[in-house]
Amino acid sequence: MKKLLTSVSIALLLALPLTATATPQQDLEAFRDFFEKRFPGTPFDDYINGVYSIDPASREQWEEIEEFPPYELSISRGQELFNKPFANGKTYASCFASGGIGIRQNYPYFDTTRGEVVTLELSINECREANGEKPLKWGKGPIADISAYMAYTSRGNVFDVKIPDDPRAIAAYERGKKHFYQKRGQLNMACADCHKFYSGNMVRADLLSPALGHLSHFPVYRSKWGGMGTTHRRYGGCNKQVRAKAYPAQSEEYRALEYFHTYMSNGLAVNGPGARK
Amino acid sequence: MASIKIRAKAKDGVTTVKTLMSHPMETGLRKDSKTGEKIPANHITEVTAEHNGNVVMTANWGGAISKNPYLSFKFKGAAAGDKIKITWVDNMGKGDSAEAAIK
Amino acid sequence: MNLIRRKFLKTATYLGATASAIGAGVLVPQRVLGAYDAAAFAAKDVNSAISATMGTDQHTASDTIKLKAPDIAENGAVVPVTVSSSMSNVEAISIIVSANASPLTSSYQLSPACEAFVSTRIKMGKTGDVIAVVKADGKLYSATKEVKVTIGGCGG
Repeated sequence: MKKLLTSVSIALLLALPLTATATPQQDLEAFRDFFEKRFPGTPFDDYINGVYSIDPASREQWEEIEEFPPYELSISRGQELFNKPFANGKTYASCFASGGIGIRQNYPYFDTTRGEVVTLELSINECREANGEKPLKWGKGPIADISAYMAYTSRGNVFDVKIPDDPRAIAAYERGKKHFYQKRGQLNMACADCHKFYSGNMVRADLLSPALGHLSHFPVYRSKWGGMGTTHRRYGGCNKQVRAKAYPAQSEEYRALEYFHTYMSNGLAVNGPGARK
Repeated sequence: MASIKIRAKAKDGVTTVKTLMSHPMETGLRKDSKTGEKIPANHITEVTAEHNGNVVMTANWGGAISKNPYLSFKFKGAAAGDKIKITWVDNMGKGDSAEAAIK
Repeated sequence: MNLIRRKFLKTATYLGATASAIGAGVLVPQRVLGAYDAAAFAAKDVNSAISATMGTDQHTASDTIKLKAPDIAENGAVVPVTVSSSMSNVEAISIIVSANASPLTSSYQLSPACEAFVSTRIKMGKTGDVIAVVKADGKLYSATKEVKVTIGGCGG
């Protein structure tokens, strides 16, 4: 009996591909499928509202705040900064397609010339440096304001992150995917633990938001921060919360994570900047 | 950028004013995470709303009003096109003022 | 407390530092003005806070006051609160938080043109009562609601 079971299990193992690499498109479909099953009452488009798509009580408070959200101050500052010329007379518009308006949904993208993932914040600072200005700090402050303004001009545009048929792009995607599913830190938890498998559950008094649609509303004004913060600021915070060492903002690791993470929000609309607790 | 955003809308004789102000609203109780020192109180103490030069409402605030504070109130006797003026003063002696037309 | 700092010309506008405006500070008496009351904001218990800002701590519960606040605050730093009332002749509204070190969050002096309505966002240190005190025809009325403030799990 034991011998039969062993040979059966060996046969099964051999039948499965040893390196189970689904395509990104297959991953995306499985991802959406997972959440559809987990939250059957939530319409696909509502996932951009995070916890508010699955919790009526906090949604009510969020809607009250959305009546005149604090991030509007950040958008106004961002607009001023965006339109202010550099010392050399040029503006941010010169660095971006469509003058930088309505383009949030194109980020991050894989630059095949450079062979790396390019995020919106990275582009903002590269624009500054190309025009003789010092780069801004990555997590908060002016860069978050500019990013907020640019996101705001893109509201309603649908994310369509592309993964070109380039092994380096696939590798970046896979690296991000690995980060998402990998357990880390003293608490030994993966992003996927809170935001996929246990999404909708409580961790103390916090409801865990579903990862589907996560990136749609960044940068984000968090009540906890009392201000606007970028995606990588949140990534660092999340890593620290499971007592793992955070990666630097705009490191290859976080850019890869953002690449995978945003791809998983394809088909959903930009609604940044967002207001969250 | 002015630190005050105003939205005023008149409907059926009642004007609803909503305003958002940029201000740290420090209570004076919070400690700086790096130095361990208390961050001094720095919050708006008074907000005044004026219509046609008349004060319609005055708010007295302590540090327990949230950062980047919001305030909404309603009043009668104004019409679309009239101006609403919001002024704030804080405990540090700073202040700002902004005007908006009622829609 | 330096009263001069609190008074300013009706038409004066500040932008940033106010050295010139403070120097020119002239009390304009026809303003509907509640002078900033440091004592009220420093009061450590609910009754002293109400008394200091409203003149008395005697208030009657009234169901004509609608106090809107969440049952469980999503974040204690930003709790939306709205007070409204169908009462007439409302002159002032105060919002008190029983469990805060200094219970008085704010007071609103309403001119006769105002509706009995005010909405803002307050900080709550922990679970406690939010008390809306409304002054109408010299008397105080109130509405109370318990708001729970919890410890978050996500860096909250």
